[in-house]
Amino acid sequence: MNNSPYFLKPASVQSVMLRVLVALLPGIAAYVWFFGAAILLQIALASVAALAAEALMLALRGKPLMLFLTDGSALVTAWLIALSFPSIAPWWLTVLGTLLAIIVAKHLYGGLGQNPFNPAMVAFALMIVAYPQLMSQWPAAGATDFAGQWQAIFGARPLDAISMATPLDALRTALHTADAKASVAGVLGSNPAVGVVGGKGWEWVAAGYLAGGLWLLQQRIISWHMPTAFLAALCAIAGVFSLIDNTQFAGPLFHLFTGGTMLGAFFIVTDPVSGTTTPKGKLIFAAGVAALTWIIRTFGAYPDGIAFAVLLMNIGAPLIDLYTQPPVFGHKDKRGDSR
Amino acid sequence: MLAALLVMALGAVVLGAALGYAAVRFRVEGDPLVEKIDAILPQTQCGQCSYPGCRPYATAIAKGEAEINQCPPGGDEGIRKLADLLGREFKSLSAEHGIEKPKSVAVIDEQICIGCTLCIQACPVDAIVGASKQLHTVIARQCTGCELCLPPCPVDCISMQAIRESVENWKWKYPVFKINPAQREAA
Amino acid sequence: MTALQRLFKFNGGVKPAYNKEASTRLPIAVAPTPTLLVIPLHQSIGGMPRPLVKPGERVLKGQRIGGADGNVSSAVHASTSGTVIAVEMRLMPHTSGLSAMCVVIEPDGRDEWIPHGPFDFRNASPTQIHDYLRDSGVVGLGGAVFPSYLKLNPEKQRNLDTLVLNGAECEPYITCDDVLMRERAATILQGALVMRDMLGAGQVLIGIEDNKPEAIAAMEAAAHAVKTAVGESSVKVVSVPTLYPAGGAKQLIRVLTGIEVPHGKRSTDYGVQCFNVGTAYAIFEAIALGQPLISRIVTVAGNVGQPRNFEVLLGTPMRDLIALCGPLPDSDRVIMGGPMMGLRMPDDSVPVVKAANCVLVGSSDLFPPPPPEMPCIRCGECAKACPADLQPFELYWFARAKIFGKAQEYDLFDCIECGCCAYVCPSHIPLVDYYRFAKSEIWARELAKVSSDEARERYEFRMLREEREKQDHAAKLAAKAVARREKAAAAKTDAAKVATTPEQDEKKALIAAALERVRAQKEQIQPENTINLTPEQVAEVAAIETRRAEIREMAKPHVWQDD
Repeated sequence: MNNSPYFLKPASVQSVMLRVLVALLPGIAAYVWFFGAAILLQIALASVAALAAEALMLALRGKPLMLFLTDGSALVTAWLIALSFPSIAPWWLTVLGTLLAIIVAKHLYGGLGQNPFNPAMVAFALMIVAYPQLMSQWPAAGATDFAGQWQAIFGARPLDAISMATPLDALRTALHTADAKASVAGVLGSNPAVGVVGGKGWEWVAAGYLAGGLWLLQQRIISWHMPTAFLAALCAIAGVFSLIDNTQFAGPLFHLFTGGTMLGAFFIVTDPVSGTTTPKGKLIFAAGVAALTWIIRTFGAYPDGIAFAVLLMNIGAPLIDLYTQPPVFGHKDKRGDSR
Repeated sequence: MLAALLVMALGAVVLGAALGYAAVRFRVEGDPLVEKIDAILPQTQCGQCSYPGCRPYATAIAKGEAEINQCPPGGDEGIRKLADLLGREFKSLSAEHGIEKPKSVAVIDEQICIGCTLCIQACPVDAIVGASKQLHTVIARQCTGCELCLPPCPVDCISMQAIRESVENWKWKYPVFKINPAQREAA
Repeated sequence: MTALQRLFKFNGGVKPAYNKEASTRLPIAVAPTPTLLVIPLHQSIGGMPRPLVKPGERVLKGQRIGGADGNVSSAVHASTSGTVIAVEMRLMPHTSGLSAMCVVIEPDGRDEWIPHGPFDFRNASPTQIHDYLRDSGVVGLGGAVFPSYLKLNPEKQRNLDTLVLNGAECEPYITCDDVLMRERAATILQGALVMRDMLGAGQVLIGIEDNKPEAIAAMEAAAHAVKTAVGESSVKVVSVPTLYPAGGAKQLIRVLTGIEVPHGKRSTDYGVQCFNVGTAYAIFEAIALGQPLISRIVTVAGNVGQPRNFEVLLGTPMRDLIALCGPLPDSDRVIMGGPMMGLRMPDDSVPVVKAANCVLVGSSDLFPPPPPEMPCIRCGECAKACPADLQPFELYWFARAKIFGKAQEYDLFDCIECGCCAYVCPSHIPLVDYYRFAKSEIWARELAKVSSDEARERYEFRMLREEREKQDHAAKLAAKAVARREKAAAAKTDAAKVATTPEQDEKKALIAAALERVRAQKEQIQPENTINLTPEQVAEVAAIETRRAEIREMAKPHVWQDD
C-alpha cells in the first residue's frame, strides 16, 4: 500500500499530451484552408508510423503496451513531424522520419522522459540533410487540389508541378547568389509567395499556432519563459540587424511569421524532456535557440534553422540547468557559493 | 634531420625536467590510496581478512597483495565500493574468509563471567570494560562485532547478538518501481 | 486584532480538497477512558525516556511514568489512575510496524489526580523552568513533537521580536486546532502570553488560514477581551490565505514576517519563535494548572459515519476512537495525520500519542491506489509546487539512482516532505517515498561512518598504547637486567632462572584455579532461577542453550584459523 500523500491531483501525462494535440488544431485548420488536405494525410501517415514504431519498441523493451501507447507522447512527436515536413513530401519521407524519431531518437535513448534530443527535430534534421531537395518542396498558397497532392505524395506526379519555394528559401537563395543588386525588399516585394507580414497563407498558420500556444499557456501546460524568450530574442536580433542594413537582413515581423517560428516557440522549444527546466535556464535556452535560428536562417545552407538550433541547445541543456539552479528556500545566496 | 633530432631531444629533456620538478614540488605525503581504502573498510578490526586489522588490509590492497573480497563485515556493498575506487572487477566475497552476517554486538553473560580479563585483551577497540576478578561488560555502542573476544573466553560466557531493527533505526524502503503492472498481474 | 498586517508569500503550494466541514459540525467530545491504556515511552523527538514504574505498581493520573533521558527528551505521564500491568514492547503508531517500550496501564475508573498546582514561572530560575517543562512532557502538538522546553529556554533567546502561534492547520481533514480555537480561545491566548513572557517576545502573531472564519472570530474576541481587561495589545490575529502547506512552521513564519529560515538554522536566530496553538494550550495547563500533557484533541475523520473531534487520553487505542464515530465497513487503513503527510498505521490497535493530531480512516474509494507510475517527463510541475523552492525531479533522479551525495548537493534535507510534488506529478511518481528512502539511507550511512571512524580511532589508540607498553616493558626489563647483572656480579649466583617470567605462570595458575572453582560450583549448585521450572521452561532453556552452542560453533572456526 502506498504512503503519503494518499490522494493525487487528477493530472496525467496523457492529459498533458492530449491538450498539446488540441492546441495544434487551430494551426492545422489554417493549414488545411490555405494549402489543402494533404497535411491531414501526412498527419495520419506519421501517426500510424509513430504508433507502430512505439508499439514495436515497447514490446522489444518489455514495457506495458497500453499504458505507454495511450500516453499520447508518440502522437505529439508524429504531429510535430508532419507539421514541420512539407505537406506534399513523398509518403515514405514522413514515415521514415517518424520511424527514426521514435525508434532512434526516443527509444534507443531510453524512451519517454529519457531522450536528450527532441525526437521531431532529430527527424527533421536527418531528413533535410539526407533529402534536401524533397524537404524544400512546399505547396503554394491556394493550391488546395487534394487529388493532385495525393498523387504527389504517393509518387504519381512530380513534386515540382505543385510546389514553390517558401519566402525564407527564396530570400536565402537570392541573397546567397552574391547578386549585388539583391535586397530584402526587392526579393520579397516581387515574390508571389509573400503575404502581409510573412509567407502567404503561412502567416495565418502561424497565427493558428500562436492561438493554440496561448491556450497552452492559459492551461499552464507550458510556462511563459520559453515562448517569450524565444520570440523576444528573435525579434531583437532581427530588429538590430535590419536596422543596421535592411537590404541584407529581413525585419523582425518577417522572422516571426515565416518558417517554423510560431510552431517552434510554443510546441518545439517548450519540449520539457530535452530542454532546460529552471526558470532562468528556460530563458537562456530559448534565447539561444532564437539566436542560432537567426544565424542559420541568415548565413546557413538550409531554409529554416529551428531544428538545428534546438538540437544544438539540447546538448547544452543539462549544463545550463546545472548553472541556473534557483536558490532554495532560506538560502538567499546562490548555489555554488560557499555555504 | 639533425635539427629535428635535436628539437625532439631538447623537448624530451625539457619535459623530463618539468615532470621531475613537479614530482618533487607536488609530492604527496603518505599514500592517499591507503586512506581511501581504509575509509571504505568497516573498521571492525576483526582480522577475518587474514591481516591484523583494517589498515594493514588496506595497505595490502593498495600494494596489490590482497584481493578486494576478503572482508566479510564489509560485505558485497563494501567490495563494490572498493571495486569502484580501484577500477577492479567486482568479486563475490571469498568463502575462505567468512560469510557476511548481520551486524551484531558481543554480550557477556554476567552469571558466568569469572573476570579473567582475557576478552579485554582481545578486544581491538577497547570496548570491554572490567578488571581482574571483576565483572566485565561490553559497551554495546563501541562494539564492532568482530567476535575476537569469543575464543579467548575460558567459560564461553560471551555471545553475539544481532542488532535488531527498531523504530529508531528503521529505514524507509526503496519505492517499488511498478513499470510493468501487466506482468505483475500475470505472475 | 486583524490590523493591517503586511503578508508575504512563499513559492509553490497546492490547493487540495480540504474536507474539513464534516468534523467541525459537532463540538469537542471527551473520549471515554478505555479498558487498557498503552503509553509508549518514546513520544517526542530525542532520547527515549527511561521507565519510572514497574508492573504491579499503582499510578495516579498525571504521575510521571517515563523520565526524560538525555539533553533532548521529554517525560511521559500516566493518563489516568490505575495499575501498571506491564512495561513491555508493544506495536507503535509508526509505519514500520515495529514495537517499542510501552507502559500498559489498567485504569481503575477513579481518575485520581496526583497532587498538583500552578507553577510560578515568574519567580523561577531558567533552570527550574527548563526542568519543570521537561518533566511536564509538553511537546509540539502540531505533529513534530519537538520538546517545548528547548524552545522556551529564556537564556538562549535574546532580542526575540515575534512569537508566532500556528493555527493555520493547512492539512485537509484535520480540524483539531480549528475546534480548539473556536472553543478554548481564551485559554490558548493565556498560554501564548505565558510563552511570550518566558521568551520576552515583542509581539504575538496568531496565523490562521482564512478558511476558518469561526476560529478567527473566536481568537479575535479573546484578544479583544485581553486588551480591554489588562490593556494587552501585543497580540494580533492574522488571517492568512489558504494554501497548503501554509501551516508548515517555516512557511507560516515567511507569510507572517517575510523571514525565510534556512534549513539547519533556528528561527530564533532571526528573532522568531513558532508554536502550535495546541502547544500553547498545553503550556497553559502545565504552568497555570500544573497538569502535565496527558491528553490532546484528536480529529477522527475520513471513512467514518460522523467525523468529530475528541479530547483523548494519550494511550487510548485508535480503534476505540474510531468506534465512537461509526466506522464504515469498507475501511482499509488507518492514517495518523492528514492525507498529505500522514503516516499509515500498521493496524488500528496502536495508541494515540502526542503526535496524533488526526486519526484518518481510509478506504480505497476515498484514497484510491495511485495510477501506474510513468517515467518523469521533466514537466517541472513539482518544482512549481515545491514550497521549499527545490527541484524535486532532480532529487528524484538522484534518489532513484542512489546517488546520495548529489541528492544532498541539491538540498535534499531542505525537503519538508509536504507531498506537494507527488500530489501534482502527472506521472504519479511517489516522489516523497524516494526522498524518505534517500534520507534514511543517508542517515544510516552517516551513523555507520561515525561509528567506524570511532572504531578506527580506538583501534589506533590501542595500537599506540600497546607499542608504548611494550617499550615500557622492555625498558623495565633492561633496567632489571642491569640490576640483576650487578647483583650477579656481586653475589656470583646463577641467573638463568629468569628466562620465563614468573608473573605469567602465576596468572595462568590463577585462571586455572578460578576455572576449577567455577566448574565445581556448576556441578554442585544449580542457579536458583532454574529450580522449580515447568517442563516448557526447561525445554525453552535447553533450546536457548543449543542456540548458544551453535553460535559459538559458528563463531569459532574462521576467527582464529590463522593463529
